[in-house]
Amino acid sequence: MTLKHLAGACALGLTSFALSAPAASAFCGFYVAKADTDLFNDASKVVLVRDDERTVITMASDYRGEASEFAMVVPVVDIPEREQINVANPALVDHLDEYTAPRLVEYYDENPCEMRYRRMESVAMSAPPQPMMEEAEMDADDLGVTIEAEYEVGEYDILILSAEESDGLITWLNQNEYRIPDGAEEVVGAYLKRGMKFFVAKVNLERHDGSSMLRPIQVAYEDDDFMLPIRLGTVNAEGKQELFVFAITRKGRVETTNYKTVKLPSNMDVPIFVKDEFGEFYKAMFEHQTEKENGKAVFMEYAWDMSWCDPCAANPLSRSELRELGVMWLDEGQQGDIQPMPRPGIRPGPQPVDAFVTRLHVRYDGQSFPEDLNFQVTGDRENYQGRYVLRHPWRGDYGQCEEAGQYAETLVSRWDEEAESLARLTGWELAEIKQKMADGGFSASAVGVSEPKPKKNWWQRLWGN
Amino acid sequence: MSRNCKFYALIRPHLMCFLPGMGVRTHAVGLFKAINRDARHWQILALFGLFCISFTTSDFSARPLALIAAIIGATSAQLAGTVWVNARKEERRAKSGSYWRGSSLEAGAVGWLADFQWKSALITSLSLSILLRASSLWFWLAAGFIAISAKFLIRYRGKHIFNPACIGIVTVSLIGGSAAWVSPGQWGQAPIFAAFAIGFAALVLSSAKRLDIALGFLIGFAAMLFGRAFYLGDPMAIPIHQMQSGALLVFAFFMITDPRSTPDSRLARLLFAFAVSALAAWLSWEHHIRGPMLYALAGLALLTPVLDRVLPARRFEWISKKETSDDPETPRGGLRPRPHIVRA
Repeated sequence: MTLKHLAGACALGLTSFALSAPAASAFCGFYVAKADTDLFNDASKVVLVRDDERTVITMASDYRGEASEFAMVVPVVDIPEREQINVANPALVDHLDEYTAPRLVEYYDENPCEMRYRRMESVAMSAPPQPMMEEAEMDADDLGVTIEAEYEVGEYDILILSAEESDGLITWLNQNEYRIPDGAEEVVGAYLKRGMKFFVAKVNLERHDGSSMLRPIQVAYEDDDFMLPIRLGTVNAEGKQELFVFAITRKGRVETTNYKTVKLPSNMDVPIFVKDEFGEFYKAMFEHQTEKENGKAVFMEYAWDMSWCDPCAANPLSRSELRELGVMWLDEGQQGDIQPMPRPGIRPGPQPVDAFVTRLHVRYDGQSFPEDLNFQVTGDRENYQGRYVLRHPWRGDYGQCEEAGQYAETLVSRWDEEAESLARLTGWELAEIKQKMADGGFSASAVGVSEPKPKKNWWQRLWGN
Repeated sequence: MSRNCKFYALIRPHLMCFLPGMGVRTHAVGLFKAINRDARHWQILALFGLFCISFTTSDFSARPLALIAAIIGATSAQLAGTVWVNARKEERRAKSGSYWRGSSLEAGAVGWLADFQWKSALITSLSLSILLRASSLWFWLAAGFIAISAKFLIRYRGKHIFNPACIGIVTVSLIGGSAAWVSPGQWGQAPIFAAFAIGFAALVLSSAKRLDIALGFLIGFAAMLFGRAFYLGDPMAIPIHQMQSGALLVFAFFMITDPRSTPDSRLARLLFAFAVSALAAWLSWEHHIRGPMLYALAGLALLTPVLDRVLPARRFEWISKKETSDDPETPRGGLRPRPHIVRA
């Protein structure tokens, strides 16, 4: 087991060369009806599997332009060997994405006259992505750039570059059609001064099977620094970048140490019409919550023990899928393989799979996120999910029994609360929400409750007057 | 003072009942004086403020239960330590045959618990609950206990070597692995500025006179960060962002300023502060340790006795001499004559 200190790697959405991830597929679940719409264009998806210093990074791309223009440039700490690089099945990342996606849950109210309550159903599905390819070539130049290694992996040609000067490297990259945006010198220079190398990948069309999808690149490495370089992605002026990080550990939740990690608001009842526009809802909510944090927070959308889910937006990943993603510890227990020092982590009972996944969502630019993302693995195994609840009302004759009449009244106040929480989450206009609800039959008049009943004071409710 | 006046306005109706005839100003001054009597009062108020900020603004905040666990751990160690110190005093007194002062232990439990420093235990507990995160409440309890035990057990010439909260956190996170961790980034921008203001105010108000070491450390650390950014060609936004860390704040204002575990002379303190900031920067750049200043302080604490020897100065006491005559928590060894220094 040679340890190659490959590097702390990662993705940057250097514009023209896309880096990034299946946008639409990311949010699969939401688009029950129209699965193909892009929620977040050009989002990058990165899976980080981490156990002590061992790390496997999977970088998925949502690139949809010319294949010849696809390129990926990632600063790395060390020169990886060929065996450390792999190309993964894109379905893996999509599955992980679906499994961790924020979800809508539906409940149906029973006939209040029968006073039973049955839980109904959960939701969430997905959509596939699609990219492109073509040809790229490279020059050997004396710009102070050294090609440390050269690999062919899957459809990619991969180079590991080191350089003395950022200018030379950038010139070389541009000559070789990597199209580094202006203003990248400083960032590239800072990485070079820290002794980092550059991992660059292009698609080789001769080896590409012509499918519309570029497969994610994986790199396995060891490094004590648990971080994700994002600064190259902030160089281009294309506005904010969208990044999803799926971190899988055996200990627990992953958090950023140099940016605030915030839980996305969750477990709210929302109006029924959100079902048809869950994508819009989710986008608006993320946007609104980001603004509330001045654009400076990392949002945690899911943190869960991989063994189960409730409700499931997709089935948990199988052991073989996890292994493909780089979960290296799954079989180590039995085989007495090299194991990291056992530490008194809190691990409840025997579990089918010893893996904890955290999904982080970052919208960043150079101003709000000047520094690369630094992470740490914590021992926190508390489950958390982005979950939004639809409650379908019971429809019928609200005069058939006394309970039904009372039920109709509770519906009205429930709908008010749903509208208010939706407005709070998304920043949408309350009046518009209420109008939309009324159009769908969710208003006082629709259930025959004589319009705005003034809310009873607490003392009126106290003795049942 | 205006803050005190506001506070006074809140409690005035009640005070009036008890203290009719006293003017507003007198009350405010009285309250201020009461708090100001002990530097630790300001620290407790400020740390409690930070605790509340964290609790209300962060999803991964300081937790009241964790605070309680830390208090239980710290207080029990403080109790045991106090009894132990008093017993040793008594033993020494009996041996030396100096009966003129009488035995404090004759006063029963009160005697055994003479000089019970609950304020120190509370300060340590607050710092622990603000900085430390863990997967189980036991870690806070253990950290509190270890912190205060180290204060009693690891001493040199009557001064404890390690800052209690610092050594508590470092020990627990080294033992606990990822089950206990420091969470430096969970503050957000507005809260961090408020927190810095509170920390600074507390330090200025407190009579601990340790502004020098706090500023020395902050300036040293900032110089490291800005220097590196300059070297790498990074935008200044990066070091500015790096300075906005909750761990850095609590550390600078409430840990490295601890007068009991830092050098006595000002020059030595500044040297110490710069050494800590340099080591912290190195740990964070080369070893990517989160919360590096805690490890730096724990590691360099051993320098304090050396610096005290080389650059001696008057020992700090929490409560000004005229208020109390007894050395609060130090076994008598600390009052031995100063080392004799020969200079060229």
